[in-house]
Amino acid sequence: MGLSAFTSRPSAAISGALGLSLALAACGGGSSSTDAPAAGGAPAGSSECAEYEAYGDLAGKTVTIYTGIVTPEDTPHIDSYKPFEKCTGATIKYEADKAFEAQILVRAKAGNPPDIAFIPQPGLLKQLVATGKVVKAPEQVSKNTDEFFGEDLKGYGTVDGTFYAAPLGANLKSLVWYSPAEFEEKGIEIPKTLDELKAVSDKLAEGDRKPWCAGIASGEATGWVITDWMEDMMLRLSGPDTYDKWVNHEIPFDGPESAAALDEVGSFMKNEKYFNGGYGNIKSIAATTFQDGGLPILDGACSLHRQASFYASNWPEGTQVTEDGDVFAFYLPGKTEDEKPVLGGGEFVAAFNDRPEVAAFQAYLASDTWANNKAKASPLGGWVSANKGLDAANLVSPIDQLAAETFQDEAAVFRFDGSDQMPAAIGSGAFWKQATAWITGASTAETVEKIEKAWPK
Amino acid sequence: MTTVEKLVQMALVLLGFAAVVGVIVLLAGRVKGRKGDRTVAMVFLLPTVIVLLIGLVYPAVRTIYQSFFDAAGSSFLGLGNYATIFTNSDQLVVLRNTVAWVVITPFVATAVGLLYAILVDKARLESLAKALIFLPMAISFVGASIIWKLIYEYRPEQGGVNQVGLLNQLLVMVGGTPQQWLLNEPWNNLFLIVIMIWIQAGFAMTILSAAIKAIPEDIVEAARLDGVGAIGMFRFVTVPSIRPALIVVLTTIGIATLKVFDIVRTLTGGNFGTSVVANEFYTQSLQTDNQGLGAALAVLLFLLVVPVVVYNVRQLRASEA
Repeated sequence: MGLSAFTSRPSAAISGALGLSLALAACGGGSSSTDAPAAGGAPAGSSECAEYEAYGDLAGKTVTIYTGIVTPEDTPHIDSYKPFEKCTGATIKYEADKAFEAQILVRAKAGNPPDIAFIPQPGLLKQLVATGKVVKAPEQVSKNTDEFFGEDLKGYGTVDGTFYAAPLGANLKSLVWYSPAEFEEKGIEIPKTLDELKAVSDKLAEGDRKPWCAGIASGEATGWVITDWMEDMMLRLSGPDTYDKWVNHEIPFDGPESAAALDEVGSFMKNEKYFNGGYGNIKSIAATTFQDGGLPILDGACSLHRQASFYASNWPEGTQVTEDGDVFAFYLPGKTEDEKPVLGGGEFVAAFNDRPEVAAFQAYLASDTWANNKAKASPLGGWVSANKGLDAANLVSPIDQLAAETFQDEAAVFRFDGSDQMPAAIGSGAFWKQATAWITGASTAETVEKIEKAWPK
Repeated sequence: MTTVEKLVQMALVLLGFAAVVGVIVLLAGRVKGRKGDRTVAMVFLLPTVIVLLIGLVYPAVRTIYQSFFDAAGSSFLGLGNYATIFTNSDQLVVLRNTVAWVVITPFVATAVGLLYAILVDKARLESLAKALIFLPMAISFVGASIIWKLIYEYRPEQGGVNQVGLLNQLLVMVGGTPQQWLLNEPWNNLFLIVIMIWIQAGFAMTILSAAIKAIPEDIVEAARLDGVGAIGMFRFVTVPSIRPALIVVLTTIGIATLKVFDIVRTLTGGNFGTSVVANEFYTQSLQTDNQGLGAALAVLLFLLVVPVVVYNVRQLRASEA
């Protein structure tokens, strides 16, 4: 995984695209938005600072952050630190770098790490911990994580039994996009189980209409959309424990669980009756870009599209992404109504220094106070956290609210994107390639066998 | 780094370069005696040799060394990676495609170029006709690939959907069904090869046209007096006379084809059974992080290119002699 910048998931590109659209939108707002955080306008010492007293007086102290979250998404981050800076007197220095994933390793190994880094993948956290430069999470951070995130997410910030990094932002992958108007017109309820989802698909497939649409073309990363599908199905059919074993290769990739999950994906994606609305036959999935994948919903050529919450920024300008608008999404249901496995991604906060001001800032980032400040500092939306203390009312975009509510659901079991945790030879190699070959005709057995064979010994 | 810092750095590097050259000239100037010339030559060659060692010989040796090791470069596999290339079903597809590219492209491109050169020779508007077929040479491989991607573009055959790809539109106009040119194995390889031919035919035409014009007029005259027809002229006069040029063109295109990467990368990324050795080498080394297999593929590519290069150089020498 020495080439993580290169082999990283397309999420970076996606957030870049998202960022661009936000930048364009921000231009209209003028410069006032950057220096007017919604939260914490009160002077130091007033009652608004009560929440920050626990962090102590940090006047004159500086904390440096190094991250891959670049312009314009950095502005809401910087704004969300302002109440902390105002009340404690500390200065937060934010440094963003597109080459973060490769550079952070270089900096850690060279003995020049920042105080805090936002790590987008559990695998990268493991590599960083292996350099011996990451300090374990302070007591308060651990407590906050227990209180606001729960053990699923805490596990991803833990390496070899030691807890290092608290979660920061999150994104939700288990979503199906649809047209609320069409559902209402045809009298269709949001499906609550996988079987219901199939029933809905069948209903929408009446005539020779194909209700689902997808695209998996993504340059070098072509195929990743199917890996997300398969991870979702693995979670649903075999449960989170087996999912973890599968991701960590404690069970083989060509085992029965794996084949069952891919066949389940096949019962959708390889079903000529279901796919590929607006684009043609099954093979056209391989030739359609993932950005174009769901667009036929808008002109009625397709009804359902499984894609993560970031897809909200992919709809053309003027599309209403709300529960009663042009498009919206529902949670990709579990096998039964009680099971709520949630596939997602996110960043984790690792520290390379245990100075008190660094610990205090880490604790702030893991708190509900920060999550809400961040929500208020993101006037354009496009950000969500799995923090249970996050008040969904503070989020401006309905799809972010849906994501936050899904994360906070009592029954939700969070699992991190599996291919992001697999070795690069699989996660950004064989898995993508073979998934692409699978959609253009290879059998499930052949596909899982080839991926298993490619697994580094 | 600010612009000023960059400029300062650039100035420093240039100064450093000047200093090195100065030292060499100084050293060379101090050499005297009978064998002076030879020593001076050595001193001047030294930097080139050093740079070649660092930039070419070392990486080559290192790559060969790596090709005997596993993905992480830690345990010795012997010829394991080479065995993978010749047994793994996906890798065999890569070899099959490379063979198809190398067999088809040079011959078709040369044939097209030769035919065109003969047809337009001494015709009206010869230079315009030549410019037309030479133009694709000026387009980068990636640019050409994107042009052809638009030509091969596919849209399903259903009401309200218009074809955006030229080829499918033509097909629909004559009553056919649109095809996914880049997805249907193994024919998609041919559609990729066509792009290479399109680029290289102009090169073949230029060289061969010059060679044809260099055929001595008296030979042509004599053949004509002997009553040789157009086909006979082609077989017994033109082709034998331009044989060295033909071989240079064939081998040059052959080498370019062996190394083809951009076209495959841009259009299919090596998916749908279209990967070739150079593309697979890149994918294995940089995308799936399998250093060993990537290195083995690079070595294989090297081994394939070497005989062609040797032959090419020999022919060049022969034609000059």
